[in-house]
Amino acid sequence: MDFWDYLANRHQQLLTDSFQHASAVFQCMVIATVLGVVIGVLTYRSPWGGNLAILSTASILTIPSLAAIGLLIPLVGLGVAPTVIVLTLYGLLPVVRNAVVGLRGVDPDLVDAARGIGMSRTARLLKVELPLAWPPILTGIRVSTQMLMGIAAIAAYASGPGLGNEIFRGIASLGSANAINQVLAGTIGIVVLALLFDAAYVLLGRLTIPRGIRV
Amino acid sequence: MSETAGPNTADPNTAAATAEPPAAADDGSGSTRGATIQLDGLTKRYPGSPNPAVDNVTMEIKAGETVVLVGPSGCGKSTTLKMINRLIEPSSGRIRIGDEDVTDMDPVKLRRQIGYAIQSSGLFPHMTVAENIALVPKMVGWSKSKVKDRVEEMLDLVGLDPREFHDRYPRRLSGGQQQRVGVARALAADPPVLLMDEPFGAVDPITRDHLQDELIRLQHELHKTIVFVTHDFDEAIKLGDRIAVLRERSQIAQFDTPEAILTNPADDFVSGFVGAGAALKRLNLTRVREVEIAEFPTVTVEDPLQSIFNKLSSGPHNELLMLDRKNRPYKWLRRGDLSRAKGSLANAGQLVHDTVTRDATLHDALEAVLTDSGGRVAVTGRRGEYIGVVDMQTLMTSVQEMLEADRLTAFEHQHELAERHGVRGGQEPRSGAGA
Repeated sequence: MDFWDYLANRHQQLLTDSFQHASAVFQCMVIATVLGVVIGVLTYRSPWGGNLAILSTASILTIPSLAAIGLLIPLVGLGVAPTVIVLTLYGLLPVVRNAVVGLRGVDPDLVDAARGIGMSRTARLLKVELPLAWPPILTGIRVSTQMLMGIAAIAAYASGPGLGNEIFRGIASLGSANAINQVLAGTIGIVVLALLFDAAYVLLGRLTIPRGIRV
Repeated sequence: MSETAGPNTADPNTAAATAEPPAAADDGSGSTRGATIQLDGLTKRYPGSPNPAVDNVTMEIKAGETVVLVGPSGCGKSTTLKMINRLIEPSSGRIRIGDEDVTDMDPVKLRRQIGYAIQSSGLFPHMTVAENIALVPKMVGWSKSKVKDRVEEMLDLVGLDPREFHDRYPRRLSGGQQQRVGVARALAADPPVLLMDEPFGAVDPITRDHLQDELIRLQHELHKTIVFVTHDFDEAIKLGDRIAVLRERSQIAQFDTPEAILTNPADDFVSGFVGAGAALKRLNLTRVREVEIAEFPTVTVEDPLQSIFNKLSSGPHNELLMLDRKNRPYKWLRRGDLSRAKGSLANAGQLVHDTVTRDATLHDALEAVLTDSGGRVAVTGRRGEYIGVVDMQTLMTSVQEMLEADRLTAFEHQHELAERHGVRGGQEPRSGAGA
């Protein structure tokens, strides 16, 4: 059976896997974004606080993802839970780092002006600092998403959802008729999803970055 | 605006604007006028430095007055300013604005009642011009329609066409335009007090000059209390009703009218800061509106050639000022030009290349007169319409009168001091003008 036949035969399964893959990445990315921005907002004012946040999220990323999932299984069991936890943690670093750097990069004169015209701290954050830091934060989210696309494949190891199942099945049955097709379908599926997500981010940037600071 | 050309005695020195200026028919339509500001023993200490950055500053700023804090960089003038709206919390001392002690007031609330303009204009790049201006009125809870009207009004006030600039983003404005919007934003919620921290420091000299004139015009209409920080003494002279010359730790070396500081500097520090050429600087203190603006025979471009010809040949003058359709000075026409211009005036005469407004300083007027071959300059109103003419003779007479008056005042001042201090006589009488 060649690759196209394989796709035609299994498209139902593949579509389900793709959808679950995308959905897992998307949901974890939402959580990672919210957490990451909150961590950034809480820490960027203090020199060591921000650096500590970046350092600790960076050290999470150095743990091999397979090992991280493996370590989580005895704690939270198989399935969705370890997948979500790992993806969210891995997604944090680019968001946190870009949030801290972006918020710190807002022109101090503008912050001074915002204070000077009587904006409260919350208003300053929501109306001035976050909108101005949004482009770098969005870049962080993009990078994170690309990364999670690949890492999500590992989730199949813990019986998680997604295209990783295709890949793992293929690897497990290497030598059999469909092994290569399975690995190929899973991999290409992930690449296609990543590209689609990236296109969506470009669109999101167009819609959410104010015209006055768009490059 | 219906002032007649002629000597106008709106002397800024006697800015006893404390007593509400008479309900002048200018266009400050119902805006909030200035409030007094009292600083009492204001001190700022930073942890870890032995000397306070600002040491025990006591100062009273009258309602509707423009006070300029001027001093070398690092003297604490900016810190002093920022303590007024509590961007920097004072370590000790009190601040009163109007009748209210604001030292312990909620700083966010306080700042909404105080306009604030800074050097880099501080416009938010992700908001349009209109959104920037609308910020404070929205925060203090104005209705949508009121905010909208106000934005138009403010743009108009600072000389930007609302239709053109309303939806622009700051990065598409020139430095001068940004600064204007910055001032519009600071004034949008109609605060009684306006703080300006070297607002014109970052623009080119020509634009700076325009912005200064503009601010003078605004203040003429609005009568806010303005505290202005600069390190440029010439700017201080031009803008200030009173100037506070500050030395290190924001100590007041002299707090007086520009005239008094120029003619009678309190000590060597102040005279060092004033620099040379006090007589020339004195020109910056007087406005064209205070000298005699002479009539000049005019014609308009629409007049028939024959009538222009007749006017020139029959009248006592051998020169005419031609105005364009909008009544703005256009060309100087001499008798000789006419005889050479056969049939058409298109190429005859000399284009008017420089005009001054009534708010221009005599310094600007002198500059214009010196570069004009005829030795005079046309004075124009707000929209560039012709008002009159100032010439060399008028300028010289005014300057001489001014210096003479200054000398007298300085002399009286010395006399007073000498009497008060008895025969302690530590101070040598200084000659009036240092130059």
